[in-house]
Amino acid sequence: MELYSLGVQELRRMLDKGEVTAKEIITSVYSRIDAVEEKIKAYVTLPRNEAFLMADKADRDLSAGTKKLMTGIPVAVKDNMCTKGVPTTCSSKILRNFIPPYESTVTSKLIEAGYVLSGKTNLDEFAMGSSTENSGFHTTRNPWDTERIPGGSSGGSAAAVAADECSAALGSDTGGSIRQPASLCGVVGMKPTYGRVSRYGLVAFASSLDQIGPITKNVTDCAMLLNVISGRDFRDSTSAPVLVPDFTAAIGKDVKGMKIGVPKEYFIEGMDPEVDSAVREAIRKFESLGAVPVDVSLPHTGYAVATYYVLATSEASSNLARYDGVKYGFRAEGKDLIDTYMRTRAEGFGPEVKRRIMLGTYALSSGYYDAYYKKAQQVRTLIKDDFEKVFREVDVIVTPTSPTAAFRMGEKTEDPLQMYLADIFTISVNLAGVPGISVPCGFTTGNLPIGLQLIGKHFDEETLLTASFAYEQSTEWHKRKPAL
Amino acid sequence: MKYESVIGLEVHAQMSTDTKIFCGCSTKFGAEPNSQTCEICIGMPGVLPVLNRKALEFAIRTGLAMHCRISPYSRFARKNYFYPDLPKGYQISQFEHPICEGGFVEIVVEGETKRIGITRIHMEEDAGKNIHEGNGSYSFVDLNRAGVPLMEIVSEPDIRSAKEASEYMKKLRTILRYLGVCDGNMEQGSLRCDANISIRPAGQKEYGTRAEVKNINSFRFVEKALEYEIKRQIRVVEEGGKVIQETRLWDSAKGITESMRSKEEAHDYRYFPEPDLVPIAAEQRWIDEIRASLPELPDVKRERFTSEYGLPKYDADLLTTEKPVAEWFEESIKAGGQPKAVANWMMGDLMRLLNEENREFTDCPLKPFHLADMLKLIDKGTISGKIAKTVFEEMYRTGKNAEDIVRDKGLVQISDESAIEKIVDEVIAKHQKEAERFRAGEEKLIGFFVGQAMKAMKGKANPQVLNELLRKKLS
Repeated sequence: MELYSLGVQELRRMLDKGEVTAKEIITSVYSRIDAVEEKIKAYVTLPRNEAFLMADKADRDLSAGTKKLMTGIPVAVKDNMCTKGVPTTCSSKILRNFIPPYESTVTSKLIEAGYVLSGKTNLDEFAMGSSTENSGFHTTRNPWDTERIPGGSSGGSAAAVAADECSAALGSDTGGSIRQPASLCGVVGMKPTYGRVSRYGLVAFASSLDQIGPITKNVTDCAMLLNVISGRDFRDSTSAPVLVPDFTAAIGKDVKGMKIGVPKEYFIEGMDPEVDSAVREAIRKFESLGAVPVDVSLPHTGYAVATYYVLATSEASSNLARYDGVKYGFRAEGKDLIDTYMRTRAEGFGPEVKRRIMLGTYALSSGYYDAYYKKAQQVRTLIKDDFEKVFREVDVIVTPTSPTAAFRMGEKTEDPLQMYLADIFTISVNLAGVPGISVPCGFTTGNLPIGLQLIGKHFDEETLLTASFAYEQSTEWHKRKPAL
Repeated sequence: MKYESVIGLEVHAQMSTDTKIFCGCSTKFGAEPNSQTCEICIGMPGVLPVLNRKALEFAIRTGLAMHCRISPYSRFARKNYFYPDLPKGYQISQFEHPICEGGFVEIVVEGETKRIGITRIHMEEDAGKNIHEGNGSYSFVDLNRAGVPLMEIVSEPDIRSAKEASEYMKKLRTILRYLGVCDGNMEQGSLRCDANISIRPAGQKEYGTRAEVKNINSFRFVEKALEYEIKRQIRVVEEGGKVIQETRLWDSAKGITESMRSKEEAHDYRYFPEPDLVPIAAEQRWIDEIRASLPELPDVKRERFTSEYGLPKYDADLLTTEKPVAEWFEESIKAGGQPKAVANWMMGDLMRLLNEENREFTDCPLKPFHLADMLKLIDKGTISGKIAKTVFEEMYRTGKNAEDIVRDKGLVQISDESAIEKIVDEVIAKHQKEAERFRAGEEKLIGFFVGQAMKAMKGKANPQVLNELLRKKLS
């Protein structure tokens, strides 16, 4: 077994026993990157020198006996999280030359825990998209079929984990951007409860929906990474003042008697039959493990996509106003101030970002605010209430993560609405602020991964991890690797 | 026709916190451009605001002092517009849920007390500053001011004249300075005022169309700008025209208001709740603590000064406009000064001396006990009122005690009759002609003799004794 193919838990064990050094691990990971990155294009920036320096430091800490949770573990970071001194582009031309003079809270925590930054991964520009085809630089390929997309917007992170170009990664999820690519790439991805992980240093797309989470090779690694990045941060007032449990303690617990909600609204016509049957098979698997499936209803599910595209674009139109060419990033000089603004933003942003800025600006405009933004906030409350009601009856909810497996490049780029529907099963979770996880639950006849989504109560990531781990251990899906 | 003007003011007050409203940068005025900035107030990607608790406390303090209701649920909102001095492309302000609502302040105009309603007080961040220097092909941006905490105090349209508006502004300034939440300096921009003005025929109930006047940046101009705008609107109407809804800019150099933008050109700020900040639910206990810590406010103090010290209204008003002045007064009373005498000396000599040097009571070189001690010397007859003027100035310049000055300079008043009699005799002997004229009935010559005697005694003679002796010897 090559070092690059190992996950966090395995590498931790080997490093702690002195069987391997951090330098050997990063060397192995970079040899893998050198071998497959040309095909996958998971990364935007590969800070090779910094990575090796961090590994050296990890080895010194290991021999000094001051190792921490992530000492020596190579983690890829989605390129919308600020890393001090390392370019942070959001895969946008407008931030191509932006090097943050500060560190995001999550990467500060990872540094504190001794990690090695393998590189910054590709995304749909400003995390707006479901395929990485909206990246201002290049499209990442799905390691299972390089003619297909890896999902998005954290497609770079998911592909890097699936292609063994890192041991784990961080993604961000506004409407499914961790879970959908994890599903399409056959790896584990969790969006924690809104407020569980600090957003400080995460370049904002939609502030009330964005949340950072782990993308890993297995459920245990997910719990380990979540332990490192969670917690109240005085720099983010929306981070919640709740205690952070040891998430790894949830691993290995029994699911006997656990009530698993199956919402009828998530098993719809037009869904890929192979996805449908894989998810139903997974539910039967849970039953065999002693869990109890319960039919439930989330009646406002049908409004989720519309609600999301009003709220997310409204917030985005404001969040992206700062990219005006005045202070940092790309500037196109115009004949006067207004012209400079217009040319900078016209040349700096890609078409999808512009589309969303326009949608959001419209929704917030005087005379339309009540009909769009305000109405969407009201519907958001209804969607949240749906979950609260169901969670009085069940412990977790199980759904497909994505209605289809990975689609072909270019298949949906001409039709933004088709692309938006790729997130139909993941969006409600962000609107409600609850946690969700995607775990591998099968393959299509074309050997493409299928993902199972588990949704939990607010701040109950533990039950999600317990259920996911029990399911993972009873299947072999997570052991399959793409042939590259 | 007689017209009535209807005025509402929107006043921006810069809060005197040490740090900015959403980050830890200093708010100190006058630093090197962009030296007081960080990734947060520069609006770099991914940064988040965190509310300065002190700013919230200051806003609540102000609300309580102006009899407002403190909202149990308050939120920040984003006001979106593009400008180079606005680094995020939006200003974090409050819109639907301001922190304070529904209060009032009282003003006195022509002896009448009048209540001006306060619609709301909300918190917001200041923008930076564009600096236009050099060859004109580019401008500079200084973001030191970006993120400095402001309060916007919005009045009801209760103001009926330029004079009332000016009194209202003065009252706000007094209250804000009493509370220690704003230094009230209009010229430095820590107090800014926009006015909404309309006119209507006297007696009419409906409001006329209003114009907003911006850029009134000095106390001197509040009255002037509003008077101009009222006259302008009356002229428009009398000439058969209509006042249009628009924003006008006060030009202090020309003394006029000029149209800046019409209603159609008004910005759409696309306000929406700020998702990066959680709603504010100030605890009642904390609000009660703040209320308990409020200082005695100027209206109450003024009343007390008249009832407790028997001061005339005018004196009480003048001595309570600034908290340090009132404190100085009361300390001097505590040190044994007689209230009316203390008031007279403060409003007369002391304020003159301070004004000459452009100094405030907060750095007055004369301490309250100085004046009290000096007044005691007058009461005891040790010095005369006239000598006291000299002593007072000397105390002010040197900070020495009154007694020391009197002793060192030999200023003790001479009341010894024999000593005075000797001089009186000399003066009369020297001025026989005048003495005869006095005896012949030229009464006013007494002044001449007092003057001569005082001159000979270097002003130290007890004037009463001197007077009596002169009259006795001359008759």
